[in-house]
Amino acid sequence: MREYFSLLYTGAKSLLVGLGVTFRALLQPVVTVQYPRQRIDITPNFRGHTELVRDPETGSHRCIVCMMCEKDCPSGCITVKGETREGVKGKVLTAYQLDFTKCSLCGACVEVCPTSALCYSREYALAGFTAGEFRYDLLARLEETG
Amino acid sequence: MTATEPAGFLPPELIRLAVTSLIVMGFVFFNSILLGYLERKLAGWFQRRPGPMEVGPQGLLQLIVDGVKLVGKQIIIPREAAKPLFLLAPLLAFMPVGIAFIVVPFSNRLQVRDLDVGLLFIVAIMSFNVMAILIAGWGSNNKYSLFGAIRAVAQNIAYEIPMLLSLLAVVLMANTLSMRGLVLAQGRLWNMIVQPVAFLIYFIAGLAETHRAPFDLPEAESELTAGFHTEFSGMAFSFFFLAEYTHMFFVASIAVVVFLGGWSGPPLPWIDYTGIVWFMLKVYALLFIMIWIRWTYPRVRFDQLLNFCWQYLIPFALVNLLVTAVVVKL
Repeated sequence: MREYFSLLYTGAKSLLVGLGVTFRALLQPVVTVQYPRQRIDITPNFRGHTELVRDPETGSHRCIVCMMCEKDCPSGCITVKGETREGVKGKVLTAYQLDFTKCSLCGACVEVCPTSALCYSREYALAGFTAGEFRYDLLARLEETG
Repeated sequence: MTATEPAGFLPPELIRLAVTSLIVMGFVFFNSILLGYLERKLAGWFQRRPGPMEVGPQGLLQLIVDGVKLVGKQIIIPREAAKPLFLLAPLLAFMPVGIAFIVVPFSNRLQVRDLDVGLLFIVAIMSFNVMAILIAGWGSNNKYSLFGAIRAVAQNIAYEIPMLLSLLAVVLMANTLSMRGLVLAQGRLWNMIVQPVAFLIYFIAGLAETHRAPFDLPEAESELTAGFHTEFSGMAFSFFFLAEYTHMFFVASIAVVVFLGGWSGPPLPWIDYTGIVWFMLKVYALLFIMIWIRWTYPRVRFDQLLNFCWQYLIPFALVNLLVTAVVVKL
Protein backbone atom coordinates (compact mmCIF):
# COMPACT_ATOMS: atom_id res chain seq x y z
CA MET A 1 0.00 0.00 0.00
CA ARG A 2 2.86 2.32 0.84
CA GLU A 3 4.55 1.48 -2.46
CA TYR A 4 1.30 2.29 -4.25
CA PHE A 5 1.23 5.86 -2.95
CA SER A 6 4.97 6.49 -3.17
CA LEU A 7 4.87 5.46 -6.84
CA LEU A 8 2.04 7.93 -7.38
CA TYR A 9 4.01 10.70 -5.65
CA THR A 10 7.34 10.13 -7.43
CA GLY A 11 5.58 9.62 -10.76
CA ALA A 12 3.55 12.82 -10.50
CA LYS A 13 6.60 14.76 -9.37
CA SER A 14 8.75 13.57 -12.27
CA LEU A 15 5.97 14.39 -14.72
CA LEU A 16 5.79 17.96 -13.40
CA VAL A 17 9.58 18.31 -13.62
CA GLY A 18 9.36 17.18 -17.25
CA LEU A 19 6.71 19.78 -18.04
CA GLY A 20 8.97 22.40 -16.46
CA VAL A 21 11.88 21.40 -18.69
CA THR A 22 9.88 21.73 -21.89
CA PHE A 23 8.28 24.99 -20.78
CA ARG A 24 11.69 26.53 -20.20
CA ALA A 25 12.70 25.39 -23.69
CA LEU A 26 9.56 27.09 -25.04
CA LEU A 27 10.64 30.43 -23.58
CA GLN A 28 14.18 30.23 -24.92
CA PRO A 29 15.04 31.63 -28.36
CA VAL A 30 14.98 29.45 -31.47
CA VAL A 31 18.42 28.12 -32.43
CA THR A 32 17.70 26.97 -35.99
CA VAL A 33 19.58 28.84 -38.73
CA GLN A 34 17.32 29.53 -41.74
CA TYR A 35 20.06 28.41 -44.11
CA PRO A 36 19.74 30.03 -47.51
CA ARG A 37 18.61 33.33 -45.97
CA GLN A 38 20.90 33.20 -42.98
CA ARG A 39 24.46 31.90 -42.79
CA ILE A 40 26.88 31.35 -39.95
CA ASP A 41 30.69 31.26 -40.03
CA ILE A 42 32.06 27.84 -40.88
CA THR A 43 34.43 26.13 -38.48
CA PRO A 44 38.19 26.64 -39.04
CA ASN A 45 38.53 22.84 -39.20
CA PHE A 46 36.40 22.69 -42.34
CA ARG A 47 38.02 20.73 -45.18
CA GLY A 48 37.01 21.82 -48.66
CA HIS A 49 38.99 20.98 -51.77
CA THR A 50 42.64 22.08 -51.70
CA GLU A 51 43.80 25.50 -52.75
CA LEU A 52 47.28 26.91 -53.41
CA VAL A 53 48.43 29.19 -50.61
CA ARG A 54 49.37 32.72 -51.60
CA ASP A 55 52.73 33.60 -50.06
CA PRO A 56 52.44 37.13 -48.63
CA GLU A 57 56.15 37.83 -49.37
CA THR A 58 56.26 36.92 -53.05
CA GLY A 59 52.58 37.37 -53.79
CA SER A 60 52.61 34.03 -55.58
CA HIS A 61 52.34 30.31 -54.71
CA ARG A 62 55.01 28.32 -52.87
CA CYS A 63 54.94 25.16 -55.02
CA ILE A 64 58.37 23.76 -55.98
CA VAL A 65 56.96 21.03 -58.25
CA CYS A 66 58.41 18.23 -56.07
CA MET A 67 55.44 16.00 -57.15
CA MET A 68 55.03 14.68 -53.60
CA CYS A 69 51.29 15.45 -53.52
CA GLU A 70 50.69 13.77 -56.85
CA LYS A 71 52.50 10.62 -55.71
CA ASP A 72 50.92 10.58 -52.27
CA CYS A 73 47.34 11.04 -53.45
CA PRO A 74 45.47 7.72 -52.86
CA SER A 75 42.81 8.62 -55.41
CA GLY A 76 45.22 9.84 -58.06
CA CYS A 77 43.30 13.03 -58.54
CA ILE A 78 46.21 15.49 -58.65
CA THR A 79 48.21 16.32 -61.79
CA VAL A 80 51.18 18.66 -61.32
CA LYS A 81 53.08 20.00 -64.32
CA GLY A 82 56.31 22.04 -64.21
CA GLU A 83 59.17 23.11 -66.45
CA THR A 84 62.74 24.33 -66.04
CA ARG A 85 63.34 27.88 -67.14
CA GLU A 86 66.45 29.92 -67.93
CA GLY A 87 67.79 31.77 -64.92
CA VAL A 88 65.33 30.18 -62.48
CA LYS A 89 66.52 27.71 -59.89
CA GLY A 90 64.44 24.54 -59.70
CA LYS A 91 61.21 23.90 -61.58
CA VAL A 92 58.40 26.36 -62.26
CA LEU A 93 54.77 25.26 -61.83
CA THR A 94 52.81 25.50 -65.06
CA ALA A 95 49.62 23.66 -64.08
CA TYR A 96 48.10 22.18 -60.93
CA GLN A 97 45.02 20.18 -61.75
CA LEU A 98 42.75 18.74 -59.07
CA ASP A 99 40.03 16.30 -60.11
CA PHE A 100 37.62 16.94 -57.23
CA THR A 101 35.19 14.29 -58.51
CA LYS A 102 37.63 11.64 -57.29
CA CYS A 103 39.06 13.42 -54.23
CA SER A 104 38.30 11.75 -50.89
CA LEU A 105 39.32 14.82 -48.85
CA CYS A 106 41.94 12.75 -46.96
CA GLY A 107 44.30 15.71 -46.77
CA ALA A 108 47.44 13.66 -47.49
CA CYS A 109 48.56 16.25 -50.07
CA VAL A 110 48.39 19.04 -47.53
CA GLU A 111 50.27 16.95 -44.93
CA VAL A 112 53.05 15.90 -47.27
CA CYS A 113 53.77 19.27 -48.88
CA PRO A 114 57.33 20.33 -47.82
CA THR A 115 56.67 24.04 -48.40
CA SER A 116 53.11 24.16 -47.02
CA ALA A 117 51.89 25.33 -50.39
CA LEU A 118 48.41 23.82 -50.01
CA CYS A 119 45.49 24.74 -47.79
CA TYR A 120 41.81 23.84 -47.63
CA SER A 121 39.25 25.94 -49.43
CA ARG A 122 36.36 27.51 -47.47
CA GLU A 123 33.81 26.75 -50.16
CA TYR A 124 30.97 24.42 -49.19
CA ALA A 125 28.04 25.29 -51.43
CA LEU A 126 29.22 23.18 -54.35
CA ALA A 127 26.80 22.13 -57.04
CA GLY A 128 27.13 21.79 -60.78
CA PHE A 129 25.67 20.29 -63.92
CA THR A 130 28.76 18.60 -65.36
CA ALA A 131 31.69 16.69 -63.91
CA GLY A 132 34.02 19.10 -65.69
CA GLU A 133 33.01 21.87 -63.32
CA PHE A 134 34.80 20.00 -60.53
CA ARG A 135 38.13 19.58 -62.34
CA TYR A 136 39.83 22.58 -60.89
CA ASP A 137 42.96 24.26 -62.18
CA LEU A 138 44.33 25.54 -58.89
CA LEU A 139 46.98 27.74 -60.52
CA ALA A 140 44.32 29.49 -62.59
CA ARG A 141 42.16 29.88 -59.47
CA LEU A 142 45.09 31.48 -57.64
CA GLU A 143 45.64 33.91 -60.49
CA GLU A 144 41.93 34.74 -60.65
CA THR A 145 41.73 35.65 -56.99
CA GLY A 146 44.99 37.58 -57.18
CA MET B 1 -40.85 29.02 -31.52
CA THR B 2 -43.12 26.06 -31.06
CA ALA B 3 -43.74 23.42 -33.66
CA THR B 4 -47.51 24.09 -33.79
CA GLU B 5 -47.08 27.68 -34.97
CA PRO B 6 -47.97 28.07 -38.66
CA ALA B 7 -44.83 27.97 -40.76
CA GLY B 8 -44.11 30.69 -43.29
CA PHE B 9 -42.26 30.23 -46.54
CA LEU B 10 -39.32 28.80 -44.66
CA PRO B 11 -39.91 27.50 -41.16
CA PRO B 12 -37.56 29.30 -38.73
CA GLU B 13 -36.48 25.95 -37.37
CA LEU B 14 -35.10 25.06 -40.81
CA ILE B 15 -33.23 28.37 -41.12
CA ARG B 16 -31.79 27.85 -37.67
CA LEU B 17 -30.70 24.34 -38.65
CA ALA B 18 -29.06 25.54 -41.86
CA VAL B 19 -27.28 28.49 -40.26
CA THR B 20 -25.99 26.55 -37.28
CA SER B 21 -24.76 23.62 -39.36
CA LEU B 22 -22.97 26.04 -41.66
CA ILE B 23 -21.29 27.75 -38.70
CA VAL B 24 -20.45 24.42 -37.09
CA MET B 25 -18.89 22.99 -40.25
CA GLY B 26 -16.94 26.19 -40.80
CA PHE B 27 -15.73 26.10 -37.24
CA VAL B 28 -14.72 22.42 -37.48
CA PHE B 29 -12.41 23.18 -40.40
CA PHE B 30 -11.13 26.43 -38.89
CA ASN B 31 -10.42 24.77 -35.54
CA SER B 32 -8.56 21.87 -37.14
CA ILE B 33 -6.44 24.19 -39.25
CA LEU B 34 -5.69 26.41 -36.26
CA LEU B 35 -4.86 23.48 -33.98
CA GLY B 36 -2.76 21.79 -36.64
CA TYR B 37 -0.79 24.99 -37.09
CA LEU B 38 -0.46 25.55 -33.33
CA GLU B 39 0.63 21.95 -32.83
CA ARG B 40 3.42 22.21 -35.37
CA LYS B 41 4.49 25.67 -34.31
CA LEU B 42 4.51 24.78 -30.60
CA ALA B 43 6.25 21.48 -31.30
CA GLY B 44 8.95 23.55 -32.93
CA TRP B 45 9.23 26.03 -30.08
CA PHE B 46 9.33 23.30 -27.46
CA GLN B 47 12.36 21.90 -29.31
CA ARG B 48 13.82 25.36 -30.02
CA ARG B 49 13.00 25.09 -33.73
CA PRO B 50 10.98 27.69 -35.63
CA GLY B 51 8.31 25.25 -36.92
CA PRO B 52 6.66 25.86 -40.32
CA MET B 53 8.19 28.99 -41.88
CA GLU B 54 8.00 28.73 -45.66
CA VAL B 55 4.35 29.06 -46.73
CA GLY B 56 3.01 32.50 -45.87
CA PRO B 57 4.32 34.76 -43.10
CA GLN B 58 5.56 32.52 -40.26
CA GLY B 59 4.15 29.53 -42.15
CA LEU B 60 0.55 30.65 -41.48
CA LEU B 61 -0.78 29.22 -44.75
CA GLN B 62 0.95 25.84 -44.34
CA LEU B 63 -2.09 23.96 -43.05
CA ILE B 64 -4.38 25.45 -45.71
CA VAL B 65 -1.97 24.29 -48.41
CA ASP B 66 -1.79 20.87 -46.74
CA GLY B 67 -5.58 20.71 -46.74
CA VAL B 68 -5.77 21.54 -50.45
CA LYS B 69 -3.18 18.86 -51.15
CA LEU B 70 -5.15 16.26 -49.19
CA VAL B 71 -8.40 17.13 -50.97
CA GLY B 72 -6.67 16.73 -54.33
CA LYS B 73 -5.25 13.31 -53.55
CA GLN B 74 -6.65 10.01 -54.69
CA ILE B 75 -8.33 7.71 -52.17
CA ILE B 76 -6.58 4.38 -52.61
CA ILE B 77 -8.54 1.32 -51.51
CA PRO B 78 -6.38 -1.75 -50.84
CA ARG B 79 -7.31 -4.73 -53.05
CA GLU B 80 -8.37 -7.11 -50.28
CA ALA B 81 -9.96 -4.45 -48.07
CA ALA B 82 -13.63 -4.56 -47.15
CA LYS B 83 -14.63 -1.70 -49.42
CA PRO B 84 -17.94 -0.61 -47.82
CA LEU B 85 -16.43 -0.64 -44.33
CA PHE B 86 -13.27 1.06 -45.54
CA LEU B 87 -15.29 3.94 -46.99
CA LEU B 88 -17.75 4.06 -44.09
CA ALA B 89 -15.08 4.46 -41.40
CA PRO B 90 -13.93 8.03 -42.18
CA LEU B 91 -17.52 9.20 -42.49
CA LEU B 92 -18.40 7.56 -39.20
CA ALA B 93 -15.42 9.27 -37.60
CA PHE B 94 -16.53 12.63 -38.96
CA MET B 95 -20.26 12.26 -38.25
CA PRO B 96 -20.23 12.79 -34.44
CA VAL B 97 -18.09 15.89 -34.91
CA GLY B 98 -21.02 17.85 -36.31
CA ILE B 99 -23.63 16.40 -33.98
CA ALA B 100 -21.81 16.93 -30.69
CA PHE B 101 -21.60 20.68 -31.31
CA ILE B 102 -25.37 20.86 -30.70
CA VAL B 103 -24.97 20.98 -26.94
CA VAL B 104 -21.72 22.96 -26.54
CA PRO B 105 -22.66 26.19 -24.72
CA PHE B 106 -20.31 28.78 -26.17
CA SER B 107 -22.04 31.48 -24.20
CA ASN B 108 -25.26 31.94 -22.22
CA ARG B 109 -27.23 32.32 -25.43
CA LEU B 110 -24.89 30.85 -28.02
CA GLN B 111 -25.91 27.25 -28.01
CA VAL B 112 -27.63 25.28 -30.73
CA ARG B 113 -29.86 23.33 -28.34
CA ASP B 114 -29.74 22.92 -24.59
CA LEU B 115 -30.66 19.27 -24.13
CA ASP B 116 -31.63 17.99 -20.68
CA VAL B 117 -29.14 15.17 -21.14
CA GLY B 118 -26.51 17.36 -22.79
CA LEU B 119 -23.48 15.95 -21.01
CA LEU B 120 -24.57 12.36 -21.58
CA PHE B 121 -25.33 13.20 -25.21
CA ILE B 122 -21.92 14.69 -25.98
CA VAL B 123 -20.03 11.88 -24.23
CA ALA B 124 -22.12 9.24 -26.01
CA ILE B 125 -21.65 10.87 -29.42
CA MET B 126 -17.93 11.24 -28.85
CA SER B 127 -17.53 7.56 -28.08
CA PHE B 128 -18.75 6.81 -31.62
CA ASN B 129 -15.22 7.66 -32.68
CA VAL B 130 -13.87 4.37 -31.36
CA MET B 131 -16.40 2.51 -33.47
CA ALA B 132 -15.06 4.33 -36.54
CA ILE B 133 -11.53 3.37 -35.58
CA LEU B 134 -12.48 -0.28 -35.14
CA ILE B 135 -14.19 -0.34 -38.54
CA ALA B 136 -11.23 1.44 -40.14
CA GLY B 137 -8.78 -1.06 -38.66
CA TRP B 138 -10.90 -4.07 -39.53
CA GLY B 139 -11.77 -2.91 -43.04
CA SER B 140 -8.21 -2.06 -44.06
CA ASN B 141 -7.03 -5.68 -44.18
CA ASN B 142 -3.71 -4.58 -42.71
CA LYS B 143 -2.19 -6.02 -39.57
CA TYR B 144 -0.98 -2.65 -38.32
CA SER B 145 -4.41 -1.12 -38.78
CA LEU B 146 -6.03 -3.99 -36.94
CA PHE B 147 -3.54 -3.82 -34.06
CA GLY B 148 -4.10 -0.10 -33.80
CA ALA B 149 -7.86 -0.54 -33.77
CA ILE B 150 -7.73 -3.25 -31.10
CA ARG B 151 -5.54 -1.07 -28.93
CA ALA B 152 -7.89 1.87 -29.42
CA VAL B 153 -10.88 -0.19 -28.29
CA ALA B 154 -9.14 -1.55 -25.20
CA GLN B 155 -7.90 1.92 -24.31
CA ASN B 156 -11.24 3.63 -24.80
CA ILE B 157 -13.17 1.04 -22.82
CA ALA B 158 -10.72 1.41 -19.94
CA TYR B 159 -10.54 5.20 -19.92
CA GLU B 160 -14.23 5.88 -20.46
CA ILE B 161 -14.90 4.58 -16.94
CA PRO B 162 -12.80 7.07 -14.93
CA MET B 163 -13.89 9.85 -17.29
CA LEU B 164 -17.57 9.19 -16.65
CA LEU B 165 -17.05 8.60 -12.93
CA SER B 166 -15.27 11.92 -12.53
CA LEU B 167 -17.99 13.73 -14.49
CA LEU B 168 -20.62 11.95 -12.40
CA ALA B 169 -19.17 13.43 -9.21
CA VAL B 170 -19.82 16.92 -10.59
CA VAL B 171 -23.27 15.93 -11.86
CA LEU B 172 -24.17 14.79 -8.33
CA MET B 173 -23.33 18.27 -7.05
CA ALA B 174 -24.98 20.24 -9.84
CA ASN B 175 -28.00 17.93 -10.01
CA THR B 176 -28.32 18.41 -13.76
CA LEU B 177 -26.99 16.92 -17.00
CA SER B 178 -27.69 19.98 -19.14
CA MET B 179 -24.50 21.67 -20.31
CA ARG B 180 -25.92 25.13 -19.65
CA GLY B 181 -27.18 24.02 -16.26
CA LEU B 182 -23.73 22.72 -15.33
CA VAL B 183 -22.18 26.11 -16.05
CA LEU B 184 -24.87 28.02 -14.16
CA ALA B 185 -24.59 25.67 -11.17
CA GLN B 186 -20.96 26.64 -10.59
CA GLY B 187 -21.36 30.29 -9.61
CA ARG B 188 -18.24 32.02 -8.39
CA LEU B 189 -16.29 28.95 -7.27
CA TRP B 190 -15.31 26.80 -10.22
CA ASN B 191 -15.60 23.04 -9.92
CA MET B 192 -11.89 22.77 -10.59
CA ILE B 193 -11.32 24.06 -7.06
CA VAL B 194 -14.20 22.13 -5.49
CA GLN B 195 -13.37 18.90 -7.33
CA PRO B 196 -9.62 18.97 -8.13
CA VAL B 197 -9.28 15.18 -8.19
CA ALA B 198 -12.19 14.79 -10.58
CA PHE B 199 -10.73 17.48 -12.84
CA LEU B 200 -7.33 15.80 -12.95
CA ILE B 201 -8.82 12.37 -13.61
CA TYR B 202 -11.10 13.77 -16.30
CA PHE B 203 -8.23 15.54 -18.03
CA ILE B 204 -5.95 12.48 -18.04
CA ALA B 205 -8.76 10.22 -19.23
CA GLY B 206 -9.68 12.82 -21.85
CA LEU B 207 -6.15 12.78 -23.19
CA ALA B 208 -6.35 9.01 -23.48
CA GLU B 209 -9.78 9.26 -25.13
CA THR B 210 -8.39 11.47 -27.88
CA HIS B 211 -5.47 9.07 -28.42
CA ARG B 212 -2.91 11.78 -27.94
CA ALA B 213 0.63 11.33 -26.71
CA PRO B 214 1.58 9.91 -24.24
CA PHE B 215 -1.47 7.68 -24.88
CA ASP B 216 -1.18 7.53 -28.67
CA LEU B 217 -0.85 3.76 -28.87
CA PRO B 218 -3.48 3.25 -31.59
CA GLU B 219 -1.28 5.18 -34.01
CA ALA B 220 2.16 4.56 -32.52
CA GLU B 221 4.38 5.41 -35.49
CA SER B 222 7.43 3.42 -34.46
CA GLU B 223 5.45 0.22 -33.94
CA LEU B 224 2.39 0.42 -36.18
CA THR B 225 3.35 2.79 -39.03
CA ALA B 226 0.26 4.96 -38.60
CA GLY B 227 -2.02 2.52 -36.77
CA PHE B 228 -5.65 2.44 -37.82
CA HIS B 229 -5.29 5.07 -40.57
CA THR B 230 -2.26 3.46 -42.27
CA GLU B 231 -4.18 2.67 -45.46
CA PHE B 232 -6.14 5.91 -45.71
CA SER B 233 -5.17 8.69 -48.06
CA GLY B 234 -6.59 11.93 -49.36
CA MET B 235 -9.93 13.12 -48.02
CA ALA B 236 -10.50 9.86 -46.11
CA PHE B 237 -7.38 10.57 -44.10
CA SER B 238 -8.33 14.21 -43.57
CA PHE B 239 -11.67 13.13 -42.09
CA PHE B 240 -9.73 11.26 -39.39
CA PHE B 241 -7.51 14.30 -38.94
CA LEU B 242 -10.50 16.64 -38.60
CA ALA B 243 -12.21 14.21 -36.24
CA GLU B 244 -9.15 13.96 -34.02
CA TYR B 245 -8.70 17.70 -33.64
CA THR B 246 -12.40 18.33 -33.14
CA HIS B 247 -12.40 15.55 -30.57
CA MET B 248 -9.68 17.43 -28.71
CA PHE B 249 -11.86 20.51 -28.84
CA PHE B 250 -14.78 18.59 -27.31
CA VAL B 251 -12.67 17.11 -24.53
CA ALA B 252 -11.41 20.60 -23.68
CA SER B 253 -14.85 22.19 -23.93
CA ILE B 254 -16.43 19.56 -21.65
CA ALA B 255 -13.63 20.30 -19.17
CA VAL B 256 -14.37 24.02 -19.44
CA VAL B 257 -18.12 23.55 -19.04
CA VAL B 258 -17.96 21.09 -16.17
CA PHE B 259 -14.88 22.28 -14.27
CA LEU B 260 -13.83 25.76 -15.40
CA GLY B 261 -17.04 27.76 -15.24
CA GLY B 262 -17.90 27.71 -18.95
CA TRP B 263 -18.37 31.20 -20.35
CA SER B 264 -18.11 32.98 -16.99
CA GLY B 265 -15.33 35.50 -16.56
CA PRO B 266 -14.76 39.22 -16.00
CA PRO B 267 -17.82 41.04 -17.41
CA LEU B 268 -17.82 42.21 -21.02
CA PRO B 269 -20.55 44.17 -22.82
CA TRP B 270 -23.39 41.87 -24.05
CA ILE B 271 -22.05 39.09 -21.81
CA ASP B 272 -24.83 36.78 -23.00
CA TYR B 273 -23.03 36.59 -26.34
CA THR B 274 -19.47 37.75 -25.67
CA GLY B 275 -19.03 35.03 -23.05
CA ILE B 276 -17.73 33.08 -26.01
CA VAL B 277 -14.44 35.00 -25.61
CA TRP B 278 -13.84 33.56 -22.14
CA PHE B 279 -15.07 30.16 -23.23
CA MET B 280 -12.66 30.02 -26.18
CA LEU B 281 -9.78 31.37 -24.09
CA LYS B 282 -10.26 28.60 -21.54
CA VAL B 283 -10.67 25.92 -24.20
CA TYR B 284 -7.54 26.95 -26.06
CA ALA B 285 -5.58 27.20 -22.80
CA LEU B 286 -6.49 23.57 -22.12
CA LEU B 287 -5.62 22.64 -25.69
CA PHE B 288 -2.25 24.32 -25.21
CA ILE B 289 -1.67 22.12 -22.16
CA MET B 290 -2.60 19.06 -24.22
CA ILE B 291 -0.04 20.03 -26.88
CA TRP B 292 2.50 20.81 -24.17
CA ILE B 293 2.00 17.34 -22.68
CA ARG B 294 2.33 15.70 -26.08
CA TRP B 295 5.72 17.28 -26.71
CA THR B 296 6.99 16.47 -23.22
CA TYR B 297 6.27 12.82 -22.50
CA PRO B 298 7.30 9.68 -24.33
CA ARG B 299 4.63 7.13 -25.20
CA VAL B 300 3.62 4.72 -22.41
CA ARG B 301 3.75 0.97 -22.84
CA PHE B 302 0.43 -0.78 -23.30
CA ASP B 303 0.51 -2.57 -19.92
CA GLN B 304 1.47 0.70 -18.23
CA LEU B 305 -1.46 2.39 -19.93
CA LEU B 306 -4.01 -0.12 -18.69
CA ASN B 307 -2.41 -0.56 -15.25
CA PHE B 308 -2.48 3.19 -14.71
CA CYS B 309 -6.17 3.29 -15.52
CA TRP B 310 -7.32 0.28 -13.51
CA GLN B 311 -4.96 0.73 -10.55
CA TYR B 312 -5.03 4.48 -10.10
CA LEU B 313 -7.66 6.38 -12.06
CA ILE B 314 -10.66 4.12 -11.44
CA PRO B 315 -10.10 3.61 -7.67
CA PHE B 316 -9.47 7.31 -7.18
CA ALA B 317 -12.51 8.23 -9.25
CA LEU B 318 -14.66 5.80 -7.24
CA VAL B 319 -13.44 7.14 -3.89
CA ASN B 320 -13.98 10.68 -5.14
CA LEU B 321 -17.51 9.82 -6.23
CA LEU B 322 -18.25 8.17 -2.87
CA VAL B 323 -16.96 11.15 -0.89
CA THR B 324 -18.92 13.55 -3.10
CA ALA B 325 -22.10 11.52 -2.67
CA VAL B 326 -21.73 11.49 1.11
CA VAL B 327 -20.96 15.22 1.30
CA VAL B 328 -23.88 16.09 -1.01
CA LYS B 329 -26.25 13.95 1.10
CA LEU B 330 -25.12 15.65 4.31
